[in-house]
Amino acid sequence: MGKTTNLFLCGVGGQGILLASEIISSACMKAGYDIKQSEVHGMAQRGGSVVAHLRFGEKVYSPLIEPGGADIVVSFELLEALRYLPYMNRHTRVIVNTQKILPAPVATGMDTYPPDVIDQLLQRGISVLPIDAYAIARAAGETRAVNMVLVGALSALLVLEEKIFLEVISERIPEKIRKVNTDVFRKGKESLKGMLATSQ
Amino acid sequence: MITYISLFYVNLMKNKHNIGDKVLLSGNEAIARGAFEAGVKVASAYPGTPSTEILENLCTYVGVYAEWAPNEKVALEVALGASFAGARALATMKHVGLNVAADPLFTAAYTGVKGGLVIVTADDPEMHSSQNEQDNRNYAYAAKVPMLEPSDASEAKEFLKTAYRISEEFDTPVLLRTTTRVAHVKGMVSIGRTEGSSATLGIEKMPEKFVMLPAHARKRRVELEKRITRLREFAETFPENRIEWGDKQRGFVASGVSYLYVKEAFPEASVLKLGMAYPFPDRMINDFASQVKDLFIVEELDPFIETHVRAMGIACKGKELIPAMGELNSYIVRRSISGEAAADLFAPVPIPMRPPNLCAGCPHRGIFHAIAKLKVFVAGDIGCYTLAALKPLSSMDSCVCMGASIGTAFGMEKALGKDALGKIVAVIGDSTFMHSGITGLIDVVYNRGFSTVIILDNRTTGMTGHQPNPSTGMTLGGEEGTAIDIEALCRAIGVKHVVTIDPHQHESAEKILRQEIERPEPSVIITKAPCALLPEIKKKKDKKLYTVHEKNCTGCRSCLKIGCPAIEWVPLTPEEAEQMGFKKTQKGHSSINPAICIGCGQCAPLCKFKAIVTIGEGNG
Repeated sequence: MGKTTNLFLCGVGGQGILLASEIISSACMKAGYDIKQSEVHGMAQRGGSVVAHLRFGEKVYSPLIEPGGADIVVSFELLEALRYLPYMNRHTRVIVNTQKILPAPVATGMDTYPPDVIDQLLQRGISVLPIDAYAIARAAGETRAVNMVLVGALSALLVLEEKIFLEVISERIPEKIRKVNTDVFRKGKESLKGMLATSQ
Repeated sequence: MITYISLFYVNLMKNKHNIGDKVLLSGNEAIARGAFEAGVKVASAYPGTPSTEILENLCTYVGVYAEWAPNEKVALEVALGASFAGARALATMKHVGLNVAADPLFTAAYTGVKGGLVIVTADDPEMHSSQNEQDNRNYAYAAKVPMLEPSDASEAKEFLKTAYRISEEFDTPVLLRTTTRVAHVKGMVSIGRTEGSSATLGIEKMPEKFVMLPAHARKRRVELEKRITRLREFAETFPENRIEWGDKQRGFVASGVSYLYVKEAFPEASVLKLGMAYPFPDRMINDFASQVKDLFIVEELDPFIETHVRAMGIACKGKELIPAMGELNSYIVRRSISGEAAADLFAPVPIPMRPPNLCAGCPHRGIFHAIAKLKVFVAGDIGCYTLAALKPLSSMDSCVCMGASIGTAFGMEKALGKDALGKIVAVIGDSTFMHSGITGLIDVVYNRGFSTVIILDNRTTGMTGHQPNPSTGMTLGGEEGTAIDIEALCRAIGVKHVVTIDPHQHESAEKILRQEIERPEPSVIITKAPCALLPEIKKKKDKKLYTVHEKNCTGCRSCLKIGCPAIEWVPLTPEEAEQMGFKKTQKGHSSINPAICIGCGQCAPLCKFKAIVTIGEGNG
């Protein structure tokens, strides 16, 4: 429990990052850690780039992760992984949802979407764990559950028990959509475990 | 309506805690809980990031009356009135809201209170969601009222309760200052018991205390000075002003979230933590300073503590090392103090920006597209629609503060005289008009103006997350209130030409705009259509979504001019263009993302080639 773990979440407003970070934080708290979770509301949510800082450990002071200080990054959108490069270091593990959401300058033809996001991360020696969370959520029949696929994927890298996450999901997610969220959480976790197994 | 009620129930369920529970709460949620535990009876606010969630949560606690006021001045006056009646009362606002409420604040410092009165000011260093980053600790000094400054959610709850005890013991309003990184940071909070006020409810006439005519005010002025002297003494023994002794080579003075950055950056150092940002514990500061080798003041924004420490004649280092602009973090604090070299970080790579944008189906988009064609100066205001200043709409030319649009447009008109006719419009949202636009419009009518005012009525307060407002008619607690009729209000003020239009129909809107701006009399155009994020729009069944009939698309990019997030440009190579049956020279075609389109139809008339059709129509 000694060292503080720094989780950096990024993506696009409307992708459910705030709920995802709340579920992760609640799980950390249930597991007995001190936790600080920082996010920004308001202007940032109108389709703009959104981040959440999560820090947990025995005693957490600062609510913000330092530049170069992220242990794990979960990028809910492909391009956003590259935007927050200054928060990463050579040991950072980056879970990347390969889903593309075009930023306005790209959608209007003023700029182009970089074709080599994952390569650019790999070139810097960062371990990248790409996952098609949108496809997994769609296959389960709930495209809005992309966030829970990624929470599942992240849980494969944490020491927290699955039971704790499922408890939090059942507390925070309305009954109507609880099962599909639990299912995609497991799929996300399995998918990431598969990746870890093949890379070892 | 459904939004407000469902949000209410979501918060209601979330806020059912048992005493002794440890729960994860944001600073704002913790303040709401603290208000409940402090026995607050009346709370009033105007929504503003990062303060909004306090009342959204507080309204779910049983026994608390919580309301959205039309603006922060009214909110503070309501809270002050409740205090005069002996109830513990709360007013919350963002930092700039306290500018609006400054008038009652400064004199409430004279009247003092009966029931405890606390004002929460939520500052926004870094301007995540604000037009400036003023440091509201200066208000505590200027108004001569005590200010508490928590550094996390747990302290936020406890400090709020302490603030009520101080308010009643010292007969003063108390300011509680948060910043974005306290208000919107979640942490562990222990649920406590509710406590009561020492005041009794009832009407009590105390003209010498409550009627601030000069003869009374002069007497209260003396009391005010005595009180601040007593508060200075209190600060010396206040347990939340504390010294954490460590290595005495470096000593830090910090308050609020800056304290946490210091602890993170220099865990071994000695720290004087000021839980009370004003007034200062001079003896404690002296004692601390005399025992450490180097004294550093770490604070975000203004050198508020530093100026005081220097005035005491104590040598210290502050703003020559620590930036006076923007947010701090532990990295900045460590590097600024130790002078250590920058870490070997990955440099940012140039990638497309992702600015916030008006949503797909936003009714504001249509009217701003029409306004852009008029080539007028657009005096704008505060809300989602301020985003219309960005490309490609680029149709806002000024934005200063809540309600400023009408006054600034009118001032330009008076400066330019008749030459201004047809060249300036004021644009303001429904909630902002209720907040402080009405008085601007009165000025136009009273002083023989000819301004054209466009009121964007999307039936909600969009930017802060869909709070009802007086023109919506629904209250914070989800009850039916009386909806203020904007059209009737404008007519009652004396505007003869008031017209309500549908902003999605931007072609007809443009015609009306052209006619109204040329009118040598005041006129108001109300664009009425619900926000695209309201459930009545989001959950609408039979929505007719649009698509691009590619064969008809010539790649002229006309539809891209409204900047709808659903319309995407698909670039093509000459070979791809040929394969698709286009001319080789066609650089691409438009496409509509069905996952984003909500079927507002604003884009269809932009296409002269009839390439934008509803799905199912024209083989689309």
